[in-house]
Amino acid sequence: MLDLSNITKTFFPGTVNERKALRGVDLHLAPGEFVTVIGSNGAGKSTILNMVSGKLRPDTGSVVIDGTDVTRLADFQRAKYIGRVFQDPMAGTAPTMSIEQNMAMALERGKRRGLALGVTAAKRERFTEELKSLELGLERRLKAKVGLLSGGQRQALSLLMATFSGPKILLLDEHTAALDPQRAALVSRLTAELVERHHLTTLMVTHNMEQALTLGTRLVMMHDGRIILDLDQERKSQMTVADLLHEFEKIKGAQLDDRTMLQ
Amino acid sequence: MITAVELGLIYAIMALGVYLTFRILDFPDLTVDGSFTTGAAVAAVGIINGMPPIAATLLAFFAGMAAGIVTGLLHTKGKINGLLAGILTMIALYSINLRIMGKANLPLLREETLVTPLKEAGLLGTGLSVATFLLVALAIKFLLDWFLHTDTGLAMQATGDNEEMIRSLGVSTDNQKILGLALSNGLVALCGGLIAQYQGFADIGMGIGIIVAGLASVIIGQAIFGHRLILIATLAVVLGSVLYRVVIQLALQAGLQPNDMKLISAVLVVVALVLPQWSGFRKLAARLKPAAPAEKETVA
Repeated sequence: MLDLSNITKTFFPGTVNERKALRGVDLHLAPGEFVTVIGSNGAGKSTILNMVSGKLRPDTGSVVIDGTDVTRLADFQRAKYIGRVFQDPMAGTAPTMSIEQNMAMALERGKRRGLALGVTAAKRERFTEELKSLELGLERRLKAKVGLLSGGQRQALSLLMATFSGPKILLLDEHTAALDPQRAALVSRLTAELVERHHLTTLMVTHNMEQALTLGTRLVMMHDGRIILDLDQERKSQMTVADLLHEFEKIKGAQLDDRTMLQ
Repeated sequence: MITAVELGLIYAIMALGVYLTFRILDFPDLTVDGSFTTGAAVAAVGIINGMPPIAATLLAFFAGMAAGIVTGLLHTKGKINGLLAGILTMIALYSINLRIMGKANLPLLREETLVTPLKEAGLLGTGLSVATFLLVALAIKFLLDWFLHTDTGLAMQATGDNEEMIRSLGVSTDNQKILGLALSNGLVALCGGLIAQYQGFADIGMGIGIIVAGLASVIIGQAIFGHRLILIATLAVVLGSVLYRVVIQLALQAGLQPNDMKLISAVLVVVALVLPQWSGFRKLAARLKPAAPAEKETVA
């Protein structure tokens, strides 16, 4: 469903600030697969996500979504394939517009927008049903401005907007990191439910190892622009946070040893 | 005083255009100083050359759209700062407007214009002419309301509200900005064309400072009448435009000269921008409107 092949990306090439963010990454997601990506800061997690969304373009390599090569398409041109939730709860919704207007815009994702009325009675009925599944009471506040909602409510709404129009790929960019533990747990639960319900192929970046282990069907660990660990569901289910940390130290240590050897 | 109301209702069309860029797209567009005159020039030249007045007025609308598209392209494709893009188009339009008109002032005295029927029936300055202009202003207000609630209109609102979000939903924000600037300047030029017909001439200097009048209408109107919903916000712009002309008229009656108008306009905008921040004014407003919830403070 999603094929990233030999992706490299260097920021500020040829300057003292040159940084190799991705050093040849291959990642292939089967339909319905839910991959969680972990790694330290600067490992290339967010860069990978931005490659898929189109915010960044790779130096080499290709991005293929469901058989369509989207490597050269701008973010808004490939949006019809991709639902996305950002880290910042404020980023995924338009604050001065109402809940139903935000949902109407999400429903039109990637379609040609004309002069039909954005919110109709039929759509409103559908939005009510969808919002009920969040169990936050938002279905009674369709006309409320989204800026009035709390961070957790906004993130739950962003998640619903990213999933209910049936994207081919769902991208989650540390989407619970800015929430308090309670809200983060709620949004995590909703994520699992919505991905399950819509059978979405999902790529999620997270800092939270616990979350990376509980959510998803496959786990990928990145370090220094490479994928250094790839666990399928069976191996992932046997892992604990301590195991993960141990794996990470082992691989990082090995690399350090290589470097000291060379010196 | 009725003349001031009439003028306010015609200028409301320009103010609605300014509202579209300034409030919806969050883009302070200075093109309007040029495109207003462009509209007047195109309508005047069209009428003088025998076009039906309604066709000449429509042509003014399209000329304004073209000006807006130029500013939009400079800003989005040329990556020029929005204010500067507007200023560049405005300055360029000065020469273009002179080319269109051929000279600095074009009288329309004996020409048949859209205002002629009202004038010949002796209705200008009466309730009936006010009602006519009110109908025109409201028709355009409702058209704009409708547009902003279509799929395209929602995308345009979101472009001014959260660009990254609407891009992630597959909308080219560049195209939305260009479209918004085109529609806005179309309305401004349409207004210029109507004003030329109303006052009986087009003048190369008639657009100078028009952006301030537009901003004053938007800001004063929304400070007084609110902007919680698009329907209310656009109505506030129309009423703000009328109020602005009435205040100018009162200032003139109080002994100020027409040459002081630009100064009065600028002071009005400053007052409308600064006064709502002053705590004493906020307390007063809260006492006058106990039902209105303080929107900003409930944002979590």
